[in-house]
Amino acid sequence: MRLPMNKVAVPLSLLRKGDKAIIVSLDDSAISIKLMEMGCMPGEFLEVDYIAPLGDPISIRIGNYLLGLRKDEAVAIKVIKQ
Amino acid sequence: MSEQKKIIIALAGNPNCGKTSLFNVLTGMRQKVGNFPGVTVDKKTGVLFLNDKKVALVVDLPGTYSIYPRRIDEMVTFDVLANPDNDSHPDVIVLLADASNLKRNLLFCTQVIDMGIPTVIALNMMDVAERNNIRIDVSKLEEELGVPVISMNARDGKGVDKLLKILSADVSKPKRSFIDIQKLCGEATELSNKIPYSNEYEAALLAVLHKELTDFPEEKHKLIDEWVAEKKFIAARFQAEEVLQRYNSINRVVQYCVNEEQKENKSLENTSRIDKILLHPVWGYLIFLGVFFFVFQAIFAWAQYPMDLISSVFSSAGNYLHDLLPAGMINDLLIQGLWAGIGGVVVFIPQIMLLFGFITILEDTGYMARVSFLMDKLMRSTGLSGKSTVPLISGMACAIPAIMSTRNIESWKDRIITIMVVPFMSCSARLPVYTLLVSFAVPSQTVFGIFNMRGMWMLGLYLFGFLSAIVAAFIMKLIIKTKEKSLFLMELPIYRLPRWGNVGVTMLEKAKVFVTDAGKIIVAISIVLWFLASYGPGNEIQEVEKKFTDTAFTSQFDAIELDALQQSEKLTHSYAGHIGHFIEPAIMPLGFDWKIGISLITAFAAREVFVGTIATIYSVGSTGDMDMNKLRARMHNEINPQTGEQVFSFATVVSLMIFFALAMQCMSTIAVVRRETKSWKWPMIQLFYMTGVAYLASFITYQLLK
Repeated sequence: MRLPMNKVAVPLSLLRKGDKAIIVSLDDSAISIKLMEMGCMPGEFLEVDYIAPLGDPISIRIGNYLLGLRKDEAVAIKVIKQ
Repeated sequence: MSEQKKIIIALAGNPNCGKTSLFNVLTGMRQKVGNFPGVTVDKKTGVLFLNDKKVALVVDLPGTYSIYPRRIDEMVTFDVLANPDNDSHPDVIVLLADASNLKRNLLFCTQVIDMGIPTVIALNMMDVAERNNIRIDVSKLEEELGVPVISMNARDGKGVDKLLKILSADVSKPKRSFIDIQKLCGEATELSNKIPYSNEYEAALLAVLHKELTDFPEEKHKLIDEWVAEKKFIAARFQAEEVLQRYNSINRVVQYCVNEEQKENKSLENTSRIDKILLHPVWGYLIFLGVFFFVFQAIFAWAQYPMDLISSVFSSAGNYLHDLLPAGMINDLLIQGLWAGIGGVVVFIPQIMLLFGFITILEDTGYMARVSFLMDKLMRSTGLSGKSTVPLISGMACAIPAIMSTRNIESWKDRIITIMVVPFMSCSARLPVYTLLVSFAVPSQTVFGIFNMRGMWMLGLYLFGFLSAIVAAFIMKLIIKTKEKSLFLMELPIYRLPRWGNVGVTMLEKAKVFVTDAGKIIVAISIVLWFLASYGPGNEIQEVEKKFTDTAFTSQFDAIELDALQQSEKLTHSYAGHIGHFIEPAIMPLGFDWKIGISLITAFAAREVFVGTIATIYSVGSTGDMDMNKLRARMHNEINPQTGEQVFSFATVVSLMIFFALAMQCMSTIAVVRRETKSWKWPMIQLFYMTGVAYLASFITYQLLK
C-alpha cells in the first residue's frame, strides 16, 4: 500500500497551530498511561489550538475539552495529520 | 430520642467538575479542615443532615482524573476507597462528572464502580452540555452504568434535592463491571482471596500501588510482592490495558446514551476566542502583568490599611488591659507576650484573605491555568514550573500567603523548591529595614538625570532577592531527587464566571487554617522572644529599674528621654542583650556588633522589628512617633569602643542589607512552612540554609568593602 507523505505518523509535538490530526498510537512510556487517562486514545481526533508564545507548552482540543501539555509530553503521541 | 444512623459519604471526581460547589451546597458552613494522615492534602469534611434517622459526614476527596495517582497526595483517594480500615472509608461515594465532557469523566467513574463501593453519579454542568448540543439520556445512562445517575447543576443547586433523596435511602452496590478482569489479569482472583475485603480489581490495583501506601501492613506488602514475582505481573502493562478496555466500554455507553450534534461547541469556541487575546504573545503577557500588578498592589498596599488597623486595635486594647489588670509578671506575660503574639498572627489575615480571594477568582474563571501555560517554559528553565508563578509574585508582598498558595503545585518537587525559595523574594517586611539602611548609607542624589540613587538601591535589593530565589531554585533542582516526574498535562478549563460563594468560603477557610495551624507556633515563638527581650539573668533588670528611681540620676533628663534610656538599658541587660554579646564574635566578621546582634534576634519575630529594636537600643524610643532623623543621627555617631571606628560604616550597612535579603528572619514563615509540609524537616533546612547563605554573603560583602 502506498501512503502519501502527509499520511505518515508523526509525533504530536511537530504539529503546528490549527493542524488537525488523528491519534494512531502512543509510546511505550509512563506518560502514555497518563495521556490515555486524559482521553488521548488511539482513534481520537485532535486539533492544535494554541502554542504558547515561547513555543512550549501546547494546547490541543480533544474530546470536548482543551488539554495543555508540554512538547516533551506530546512526543509520546503519534498522529496522522488530516 | 430516635436512633440516628451515621454514614460517611465521599465526594470525588475530576478536577474542574464542580466538586467544591457541590460540597459547599451540601455542607454549607458546617465544614472543617483537617488532615489526612501522612500526606499534605487537607481533608475537608462537613456534616449533612439527610433525615431524622440519617446523618452523613461528607468527605471531599482531592480531584483526580484516575484512580492511579499523579502525585503522592492523590494516593489518599485510593487509600480511602480501597482500605476499609481508613477512617474516611465511605459507605456511599458521590461521583461528580462533567456532563459536557462525559467520556473522560467516566474513566474515573467506572474505576470507582469497579471497586464495588455503593456509588451515585451526579452529572454536573448539564447547562453547559445542553448549550453545546450534547444531549444525555440520563435514564439510559443509569441503566448502562448500573448505578443511580442524576443530572444537576451545582452552581445553582438544581438537582441537589434528587441527590439528597437517593442518599437518604440506601444505595446498593454497583451491578456491573467495565473491564474483564479475568482477561486482564486472571491471577488477581488468587490475590484477592489472600487479602480480605478486596475484590479482584482492587487486588490488582493494590499490586500496582501498594508501595506508595503510607501505613500498609508489612505482611501484606510481602504477600503482594511474592504474588507479583510469581505471576510476573507488570504494572504498566496492566494499567495500559485497563485504560484501553475501559475506553472501549465507555465508548459503547456514550454512543448509546449521548446524542452529540455535529455542530460547533459554543463554549469551546468562545474560550478559543478569549484565548486568542489572553494567550497572545504580546497582549497575553501584558494582561498577565496587569492582572498580577493588580493582585500584588492589593496584598502589598491595600492590605496595609486593615493591617494597620489590626495593629493599632491590638496595641490600644493591650495598653488598656495592661493598665486595667494588676501589674506584675502575669500581666506582662498575658499582654506583652500572649496578646501581642496573637496580634502578630491576626495581622496576616488581610493579606491571606485578599490573595486567596484573587487566586480563587482567577482559578474559577479558568485564567490561572493560562498563567501556567504562559509561564511554564520560562519558569522551567529555572527549575520551577508554571504553577510557581503565583507564589513567587505573592512572595514580593509576603511569604506567608505565598507559601500557602503553593498548594496548587501538583509535583511535590516543584512545590518544595518553590516553598524553599519564596522567602528570598523581597517581602514588605524588609521594606522598613531597607528604607532605614538605604537612607542612612546612600545619598539622595539624582543619577542619569531622572533616577534617584536611593530608588536604584531599593530596586537593586528587590532584584537581588529575585535572583537569589532563581539561583537557589536552580541549585535545588539538581539536589532534590524524586522519582516523581514533573508533569504539565492539565486541562485548560473553559472560561466561566467566578462563583462568589466559593470565593468567600475559600477566603475564610484559608484565614482559619492559618490562625489555627500556624498561629500556635507563631504565638509560642513570640512569647519566647518577648521573654528574652524583657528578662535578664540574676537581678540585672531590677538593678536598671533601681537606677531609674534614683532622683539624682533621673533629674538630668526629661520624662521622654528617661523612658527611652530605661528601655535601652533594660534591653541591653536582658537575655537578648546577653545573647547579642555572646554571638558578637561570630558576627564581627560580618561587620556587626552586639547591638546589631540583639536586633537580629528580635527581628526573628518579623523583619521590620529590626528598626524598632535599633531605635530602642539607641534610646530614640520605639514607641509613638519615632524620629527617623534622630535615629540616623544616633547611628551615624555610634563608635565602636574597641576600634574607635564608626559602627555603621558603609561596609556594615551594605552587609546588613545583604543579610536581610537572604536570611530566614521570620518565625511566621517557619510556622507556615511547617504547616504546609507537615513536618519540621523542611522549615529547619530552610532556616539553616538561608541563614547560612546570608552569613557567607554578608561575610564576603563586608570583607570586600571594609
